[in-house]
Amino acid sequence: MSNQEPVNTFSSRIVVLPEANIDTDQIIPARFLTTTTKAGLGKVAFNDWRYNADGSNKPHILNTIDPTEHRVLVGGNNFGCGSSREHAPWALMDYGFKAVISTEIADIFKSNCLKNGLLPIVVDKAVHDKLLANPQQRVSIDLESNSLTLEDGTVITFQIEAFARQCLLEGVDAMGWLLKRLPDIEQFEKTNGKAA
Amino acid sequence: MTAKSLFEKVWDAHVVEPEGADKPAVIYIDLHLVHEVTSPQAFSELDARGLKVRRPDRTFATLDHSIPTLRPDADGNRPYVTAQAKTQVETLEANAAKNGVRLFGYDAENRGVVHVIGPEMGLTQPGFTVVCGDSHTSTHGAFGCIAFGIGTSEVGHVLATQCLAQRKPKTMRINITGKLQPGVTGKDVALTVIATLGFSGGTGYALEYAGPVIEALDMEGRMTVCNLSIEAGARCGMIAPDQKTVEWLRGRQYVPQGAAFDEAAKGWLSLASDAGAVFDKEITIDGSAIEPMATWGTSPDQGAAIAKGVPMPQGEDDERALKYMNFTGGEKREAEKVDVVFIGSCTNGRMADLRAAAAIMKGRKVAEGVRALIVPGSEWVRVEAEKEGLHEIFLEAGAEWRLPGCSMCIAMNGDFVLPGQLAVSTSNRNFEGRQGPGSRTVLASPATAAASAIAGHVADPRQFMALEEA
Repeated sequence: MSNQEPVNTFSSRIVVLPEANIDTDQIIPARFLTTTTKAGLGKVAFNDWRYNADGSNKPHILNTIDPTEHRVLVGGNNFGCGSSREHAPWALMDYGFKAVISTEIADIFKSNCLKNGLLPIVVDKAVHDKLLANPQQRVSIDLESNSLTLEDGTVITFQIEAFARQCLLEGVDAMGWLLKRLPDIEQFEKTNGKAA
Repeated sequence: MTAKSLFEKVWDAHVVEPEGADKPAVIYIDLHLVHEVTSPQAFSELDARGLKVRRPDRTFATLDHSIPTLRPDADGNRPYVTAQAKTQVETLEANAAKNGVRLFGYDAENRGVVHVIGPEMGLTQPGFTVVCGDSHTSTHGAFGCIAFGIGTSEVGHVLATQCLAQRKPKTMRINITGKLQPGVTGKDVALTVIATLGFSGGTGYALEYAGPVIEALDMEGRMTVCNLSIEAGARCGMIAPDQKTVEWLRGRQYVPQGAAFDEAAKGWLSLASDAGAVFDKEITIDGSAIEPMATWGTSPDQGAAIAKGVPMPQGEDDERALKYMNFTGGEKREAEKVDVVFIGSCTNGRMADLRAAAAIMKGRKVAEGVRALIVPGSEWVRVEAEKEGLHEIFLEAGAEWRLPGCSMCIAMNGDFVLPGQLAVSTSNRNFEGRQGPGSRTVLASPATAAASAIAGHVADPRQFMALEEA
């Protein structure tokens, strides 16, 4: 995104979806990918978990909570596996999430989250178990100190790739960062027989 | 000189700016493939910045995901699933025209599924870096490319700069020893690898597939194996180019021609991992023990030899998957009545795949109540298959023969499996609802899918092959 809002500290209640291997087809089914914009995908986030075929609501937690009060999604192991669709983080963010926590987060999904300011936070099993055991809890996330604080006071340090973290904290634009390197890229093309 | 792996050789040749503790490497991209679904927002980003595609000569677009596989009506109208799907296709047509990007559209003889047409035209060449906004881009690794899927933001980065900011992944070599039994295919190898590694066992790694089983596979089989790397969590899977790779590419449209080809081939053959190359991880799988495979659950690692039936659940994840699939565990595959068979996709939509399916279907009929959909991976595959008469075999068997596209693999174009129906599919994902809301998917090889269409249940294809030999 071009005008990235800096991300740093926030506190919120969590929502737990404990299933393992929540894939991008669950997060946003492929039939909603014919859009040509990023807008408004929150209403189809987890569409087939939330709605019946006739469009009526299923009794799913994502239909009952207030998204503005629940900004942190805790998923089962290996969250975000599957396709490269960036529509998955777009949908989660449009729903209202600012962070996703799991014991493992799939590579492409993680990369897509970081490009959009959705924090992908990997925790160990013990911490994950604590989150699952108290699914109503409020947590605090501080990107400046890379820390996640649980309701019981447990503080965990998480890892975010250094460059992505800098982009998020300072609102650095990754495409702009690459565009600044165009002279080097041109030189590389000449040296390696790749010029147009 | 330090011994280097295939991955390291290709990576090192594309570093524009090296990686540091606080910054990723800037990696040059040789080939950027684009399709209608993951590109519109990237082109919008370029527009917003007043930029054009920097290297249209390295950027190629196709229509595959949203397009109907049914023929247009007498007036030329195509039966799009929604007006929005049509708009999406028109958006790519407009973006390609505006930026001077070659689009293999409806009028092109090479239109097709992005990972089928890249190699087919020789756009994909050994030693290249290849990206696409599609997780099955790993397919091109079969030619010794570093090929991986990217999100739409990164599609924009490549359109604007021909580069990506990337951290170097770890490497894992998967050695597959021995010799495949008759009737066992690249798809069965891939499903075995995924079942062995687990659904996230490859996360963070670039895979290299090696050993006598991989060397013996044809290029189509190698593409199938690399295609499914992402289903074990690996963004990229690759195979060293050999003489088979060189001969497969010779004469294709975009490769160098004549003496220049032989010169290029020398370089390609030097890409193989050096003896003594070090990998972060190595595993070995006994290829002689691989049998025709089918999945039984809702992730691609939940697969087993067909002959062994559905396994008993080992824990909550298995139980949840079996419940969705309406299996209990322990049942024989003959008990799995099939409603739909889908043969196609970037995983198994090539000539070798259609020939394998046709060999089983020839002179037989699709079982009553089974809908069989055969979708060639590209226009070239469609035309070749029709020249060989494969379409007649399929049609006589009672199957549908469609135009190229992703079709029922991703089920966003109007081709889908109905709620509760069981589909045997040659595609790549058996996630809940992947082939339509409530659909239940069994992943298998083209031979197994064809055998299942004939038998009406999930079937080991060797029973039909044995009949032919008798």
